[in-house]
Amino acid sequence: MRVIDVAEVTAKIRDMAIESNYNVDPEYLAQIESAKASESSPLGRNILNQITENAELASAERVPYCQDTGLSVVFADVGQDVHFTGGSLESAINEGVRQGYRDGYLRGSVVNDPLRRENTKDNTPAVIHYRVVPGDHFVLYFAAKGTGSENMSMARMLKPSDGREGILRTVVEHVFESGGNPCPPILLGIGLGGSIEKAAQIAKWSLFRPLGRPNPDLLVADLEQDILKAVNRTGVGPMGMGGDTTCVAVHIETYPCHIGALPICINVECHAHRHAELEF
Amino acid sequence: MNRVVSAGVVEIELPLRDEVIARLEMGEMCHLSGVIYTARDAAHKRMVEALELQEALPFDVQGEVVYYVGPTPPKPGAVIGSAGPTTSGRMDVYTPRILEAGLKGMIGKAGRSRPVVDAIVKYGCVYFAAVGGTAALLSRSIKKVEMIAYEDLGTEAIRKLWVERFPAVVAIDCHGNNIFEEGFKEYAAE
Ligand code: SF4
Repeated sequence: MRVIDVAEVTAKIRDMAIESNYNVDPEYLAQIESAKASESSPLGRNILNQITENAELASAERVPYCQDTGLSVVFADVGQDVHFTGGSLESAINEGVRQGYRDGYLRGSVVNDPLRRENTKDNTPAVIHYRVVPGDHFVLYFAAKGTGSENMSMARMLKPSDGREGILRTVVEHVFESGGNPCPPILLGIGLGGSIEKAAQIAKWSLFRPLGRPNPDLLVADLEQDILKAVNRTGVGPMGMGGDTTCVAVHIETYPCHIGALPICINVECHAHRHAELEF
Repeated sequence: MNRVVSAGVVEIELPLRDEVIARLEMGEMCHLSGVIYTARDAAHKRMVEALELQEALPFDVQGEVVYYVGPTPPKPGAVIGSAGPTTSGRMDVYTPRILEAGLKGMIGKAGRSRPVVDAIVKYGCVYFAAVGGTAALLSRSIKKVEMIAYEDLGTEAIRKLWVERFPAVVAIDCHGNNIFEEGFKEYAAE
């Protein structure tokens, strides 16, 4: 059995919150950099330039890339042979968020209750997904999820007869209707199958995949590519003001589902793609 | 009338004058210099409530520009934290009332509702879009900040900002041309 002190968890979450907010995913920026050559809208190219310039500045001056420093979302893969000491794991994660948002001058963007809506001022609580895995591994994944893009996410129960075409149509229409709201160029995380909540959870999880790495299932990878091409033909473009660069990658995760169901969740991510992972 | 365009960018001195607004066209890149005010969801709600009660607004909106932003806390010694635009659509329910009261310009990101576009045309206003997510870059154009109202709202409080060459695009001009409805057409395949 492996013993882990939760104080270590707090320290790591704190650092992940700060670093991810100052330094967004370099792969994403590389995609934007290369899109500059193919973007035919002059305004679109100007926007892509502002995005990469902003990234350089945020890293160099160690300031938040975006003023929406996000909702903290954590996936914790906990080996069944791990034992935590020093207090509650959940409290330790939230304490890490609290310290990171305070020490990093990040914005507290969380309200205590969806109806009462009082700002908790320290960005807690995080949304945490635990997954119990064999062995004594312990891996933490952290994301600072912007709400402009999260608000453009959706779940829908398609019919099995809608099939591949129905999925493609649903995603393309949705991206078109979202326009500039999610701050394109976007990343699309799509959960297919399972139940309504499973589809949402794997959609979120797909955003942690290294950018643009295809799903290992060729049938799914093929659909990812077709969606990417179709979405980039909508003309939505950078910030929704017209252009060729609407989406940099599509990540689909799947799960078995009921004979009568085809759940889909589209989790939209913006160019403020902030995530980190750490194996203990 | 002087309209300064340098390197394809329209240089605008604030407050906005009607003659300047009249010549702004959808898609033009601009630099805004002068005073703007921050306000987002909660501040808008309070301002509209004040208007309903015929109370004074925290600042005179006549001819002014509002920036939809909730900045991060400033680091020690900094003028302001990162300060990029938030989604304007959340302000749509309040905007027509504030334009009626005299506000002339807005800066935010993404599209607006039909009633907002109609109010922009009716009252001769302009909606600018700044690049969402480029908050570190945009904060460099902000030279001075003064907290003026609703301090209890924290990041959502109303601040007076002095900006220099703040980059923004004319997204909806005073004739109702709307880049979020027109922009994609040229680039859509099929
Ligand atoms: S959608 Fe993303 S990039 Fe745009 S303002 Fe929100 S967090 Fe920032």
